[in-house]
Amino acid sequence: MSVSAPQAADTRFGLDRRVHLPGPFALASGQSLMGLDIGYETYGTLAPDGRNAILICHALTGDQHVASLHPRTGKPGWWQRLVGAGKPIDPERHFIICANVLGGCSGSSGPGSIDPGTGFPYAMAFPVITISDMVEAQAALLDNLGVGTLMAVVGGSMGGMQALQWAVSHPDRVRSVVALATAARHSAQNIAFHEVGRQAIMADPAWAGGNYTADCQPVAGLAVARMAAHITYLSEQGLTARFGRRLQDREALGFGFDAEFQVESYLRHQGLAFVERFDANSYLYITRAMDYFDLAAPHDGVLAKAFSSAAKDFGTRFALVSFTTDWLYPTAESKRIVSALNAAGAAVSFCELESPHGHDAFLLEAPEMNRVVDGFLRAGA
Amino acid sequence: MSLRPSLQAVADAVPHGARVLDIGCGDGALLAHLRDSKNVEGRGIDVSAANVAAAVARGLSVVQGDADADLADYPDGAFDMAILSDTLQAMRAPAKVLAELLRIARRAVVSFPNFCHWRVRGSILFGGRMPVTPILPVSWYETTNIHFCSIDDFLNLVDELGLKVESATFLSGGVRRSPALANLLAEQAVFVLSRP
Repeated sequence: MSVSAPQAADTRFGLDRRVHLPGPFALASGQSLMGLDIGYETYGTLAPDGRNAILICHALTGDQHVASLHPRTGKPGWWQRLVGAGKPIDPERHFIICANVLGGCSGSSGPGSIDPGTGFPYAMAFPVITISDMVEAQAALLDNLGVGTLMAVVGGSMGGMQALQWAVSHPDRVRSVVALATAARHSAQNIAFHEVGRQAIMADPAWAGGNYTADCQPVAGLAVARMAAHITYLSEQGLTARFGRRLQDREALGFGFDAEFQVESYLRHQGLAFVERFDANSYLYITRAMDYFDLAAPHDGVLAKAFSSAAKDFGTRFALVSFTTDWLYPTAESKRIVSALNAAGAAVSFCELESPHGHDAFLLEAPEMNRVVDGFLRAGA
Repeated sequence: MSLRPSLQAVADAVPHGARVLDIGCGDGALLAHLRDSKNVEGRGIDVSAANVAAAVARGLSVVQGDADADLADYPDGAFDMAILSDTLQAMRAPAKVLAELLRIARRAVVSFPNFCHWRVRGSILFGGRMPVTPILPVSWYETTNIHFCSIDDFLNLVDELGLKVESATFLSGGVRRSPALANLLAEQAVFVLSRP
């Protein structure tokens, strides 16, 4: 694969990029897309030997704006604690790529894209996609950018699933994997929570079988989906510390159904803020992709076999981190991956870090996590 | 970087370029030393997250885990050498762990404090107290050591498990000493074991 050094004038590189890659793009379901749109950002410069490229994979409701202002919300990048000047992933040293996932709603092909066959948005006619399809879309983007082998692929939560999938699908193209607060499969409980979210969206009359319009979206359903999911990102300990049973803007119980408790008010706010930036159908498709995720399934249910080529043929290195209060993807899920990697003979690092913040810990201030990621990346540089 | 004497004795037993698993690797001092001085391909296990974070920050491949439970993950003969330095006495099932070491590695280096060193015996015999010595510095109620043994006890177990002693090093006051009366005079022992 040829690696071309990016030029300042090369429009492929920089913030808030869009690319259309011609199809057909085959999907795990057997269906295919005529072409592929990808919204992405790059930071830093690809080294002449191409060995400093790091792909960052975002979580369920993330986007490509990992370390830049979000053009719509004006908020800082979602992972500026890990990515940026002087951070473990640093544009001064690394060439960093982050792309909106396939199925997303931030510039990449998804249910909101126009179906070239009809001239209308796909909506529910968009094919069901998988985590592995997301990885193939990223691989196609890397081909377009002239990136052959990644120094590292890094992600938390669903981003961690993609990172692990990379080592299974393209062990020749990834020298190391950083998978944070994640799992190698969705558990029954994970699927159950997602189903609550999907049913909330589909029960909203405005959803209209997926054929809603821009000015009449299923905001109530999507907000409830987000509220339910948001609870799974926090810990009981964190919720108690932050809200307890405290009341919102009132001295006494109101004997009604307003948001009387602070935690209710907080969740409603989370739900409403979310619908401003996310598409309901994308939420359906991406949660489905996560539910389908089971890395071991195509390998006779033996996870070690999935990692066998990465470990034996390519010496891919792995670092995993879990958090004590994460009950969405608890430590046991990370340990299951570590077990399989050890059985496969892979070079693996793992630790469970203390945090009161539940699953969200990987996005928050976590100096120990940064230290682990920094040491791990430097060792493989 | 200089290692403490018992770690140096363990390091001396590891051949150049070996594939090594260090069980109870702490912050990775020994593994880093072996990587830098002997080009060893090292992996580690430690129970403490802080230790693991420190070891990974050194660029080592180390997992947080528990030797009593997690050695089962590794395939047979995955390593040339398994290291258990100053950790045997903290295991719930030392005999099982020893057997596991020699399943996953061709050789094992095991170091431990000798609980029948004269200073320990003296503390119990004359003081009537559990020993607090330079080698066993932690009081009985705080120590993580739950299975103490003497050098002779250890040799007995090695025999029962059908393992072979390839070499033995004894230390006292951080200095190597002769094997004579080691069970009384050595504070620490370092054994290299294999399957016959």
